Amino acid sequence: MAWTHSQTPPVKGHLPVLLPLRSMPQGLPLQDRLFNVWTASILVLALAAALITPAFAQDATPGRSAFAILLEWTPTLAKGFGFNVLISILSMAIGTVLGVGLGILQVSPLRPVRQVAWVITQFFRNSPWLVLLFYCILLIPFQIEVFGTKIPFPGWVKAVIGLSLPVMAYMSEYMRGAILSIPTGQWESAESLGFSRGQTLREIILPQTIKRVLPSWMNLYAVLTMATPLVSIVGVNDVMALTRAALSAEGRVDLLIPMYLYILCWFFLYCYPISALTRWLERKYSVKL
Amino acid sequence: MSWTEDQPIVSLKDVHKSFGEVKVLRGVSMDIQKGEVICIIGPSGSGKSTLIRCINALNDIQSGSITVEGIEVSDPKLDKLALRKKVGMVFQQYNLFPHRTVLQNVMMAPIKVLGQNKAEVEQRARDLIRKVRLEGKEDAYPGELSGGQQQRVAIARSLAMSPDVMLFDEVTAALDPETVKEVLNTIKDLAADGMTCILVTHEMGFAREIADCVYFTDRGVIVESGPPATFFDQATDPRTREFLSQVL
Ligand SMILES: Nc1ncnc2c1ncn2[C@@H]1O[C@H](COP(=O)(O)OP(=O)(O)O)[C@@H](O)[C@H]1O
Ligand SMILES: [Mg+2]
Repeated sequence: MAWTHSQTPPVKGHLPVLLPLRSMPQGLPLQDRLFNVWTASILVLALAAALITPAFAQDATPGRSAFAILLEWTPTLAKGFGFNVLISILSMAIGTVLGVGLGILQVSPLRPVRQVAWVITQFFRNSPWLVLLFYCILLIPFQIEVFGTKIPFPGWVKAVIGLSLPVMAYMSEYMRGAILSIPTGQWESAESLGFSRGQTLREIILPQTIKRVLPSWMNLYAVLTMATPLVSIVGVNDVMALTRAALSAEGRVDLLIPMYLYILCWFFLYCYPISALTRWLERKYSVKL
Repeated sequence: MSWTEDQPIVSLKDVHKSFGEVKVLRGVSMDIQKGEVICIIGPSGSGKSTLIRCINALNDIQSGSITVEGIEVSDPKLDKLALRKKVGMVFQQYNLFPHRTVLQNVMMAPIKVLGQNKAEVEQRARDLIRKVRLEGKEDAYPGELSGGQQQRVAIARSLAMSPDVMLFDEVTAALDPETVKEVLNTIKDLAADGMTCILVTHEMGFAREIADCVYFTDRGVIVESGPPATFFDQATDPRTREFLSQVL
C-alpha cells in the first residue's frame, strides 16, 4: 500500500498523472482491501512487466530493445489514446443528452409518444455497436450544406455519432427506470401544489433521478471507452490504428504482444478507477436509499 | 357564477366515481361552509381518500358536481392551477421533496408556480415554519426529521400557497404515537385561525374535539353525519354504531 508517485513505476512511460490520486479509505472489508485500485493496478503493471521483460531478453535481432521502441512510440500512441478519450467524452455527452430526452419521452402521458420512444430505445439498445458505426459512416454524408455554409463530417465525427446512439438507448432505459422508481406521492404532492407536469419533472423528479442513475451512467462510460477501439475498424486513427501502424513500421513480430499489452494497460488505468468509483457510489447509495 | 362567503365553500352533489368496474363513490353529497372543520371517518376502503382527492381534482369523477368557491371541479376546461391555489392537501406519507431542505420545500411552490418574489416568500416561509413549531430546522433535509416533524413541514408547505381550504388524508396514520399529538395540535391551531379543514382521520377523540360536523362513509356512500356530540353518542344507523363500537 506504500505506493507513492515518487517511486519509479514498473513500466516507464506510465505517467503518474494517469494513476488514481486518492488512496482508498482505511478499514474496508478484506476483499475490498485486496482488490482496491492500488493493488489491482500494481498487479496488472507487474504482469505487463513480466511479459515485456522476456521480450528484451529474447531480443536476438540486433538494434533497439523492445522497451526502447515502446518508449519511442509512446508520444504517438498517447495522442491516439487521447483521441479515444475525446471520442468517448463526446459520444457520452451527446448520448446522455439524447438519452435523457428519450427516457423522459418513454414516460410521456401520451401513448403514441411513449411507444415511439420505446421502439427507438429498444432498437438501438439491441444493435451491435460496430454495425451502428458502419451505418453512420456509410449513411452520413461527408459534408452537409446549411444555408450555403458547408459543415464537414469527417470520419471521427461520424464515429462519435455512431457511438452516441447506443449510449442514448442505454441512458433512455436508465432514465425510464429511475423516473418510474420515484414514489407516485412525489408527483401527487407536486400536482396538488400546482406544479405542471414539466415543472414537476424539472424541479422534483429529475433531480432525484440523478443519484439513482449516476452509477449506471459511469459504468456505461467505462464500457463506452473500452469500445472506442472499434472506430479503428471504420478508419479513424485512434490508438488501435496507430498501434497497428507502429507495428507494421517496425516490422517486428516480437513487438506484437508487448505493444498491445501496453495499450491494454492504458485502458485499464483509465477505466478501472471509474468502475471502482462506480462501485463505491453504488454501495454508498444502496445504504442510503 | 361568482361565489360569496355565505354559500358553501366546498359543495358536492351526488358524486359518482369508479375505477373501472369498481364503484368507489356512489352518490356523495355534502356542503361545507367557510371556516368549518369536518371529519370523515369510515372503514378502510370505503372511499374516503378518493372523496377528498376528487375535491382537488387528483381524481376525476364520472358524474355529479363538485364546486370549490364556485369553481366547477369536474369541468373539462377546469383551470387546475386556479383550483390548486385555493385547495391545499396533506398526505399520509408526507411526500416532502427529499432533495430540498425544509425551507426550500416550503418556498418552492410559491416561487415556481405563482412566480412570487423570493424575499417575500422566504419571509412567509420562515413564519410558517415557526407556526408549525419547527424553527431551527429550516436547513435540515426531510430525511433528517421525524415523521411528525416531516408532516408539519408538509402542512407548512401547503399553507405557503395561501389556500382557503385544507384537505388532510389520514395525516397521522403513519406516525409514532408520541408525534401524533404535535401534528394534531398544528391542525388545531389552523382550525382556530379559521381555516376550512376537511379531514379524513381515525383519531376519534380529536374528531370529537375539533369537528363541526362528522361524516361516516361506508362503501361509497355517506351513511350518517352530524355534530360530534350527537354523532358519537346517538348514532342511529347500525353500520355507524358497529364501526364506532370497534374504534372507540
Ligand atoms: N387508483 C386506483 N385504481 C383502482 N382502484 C382504486 C384506486 N384508488 C383507490 N381504489 C379503490 O377504491 C376503493 C376506495 O379506496 P380509498 O378511497 O383509498 O379508501 P379509503 O381511503 O377509505 O381507505 C378501494 O377499494 C381501492 O382499492
Ligand atoms: Mg385512504
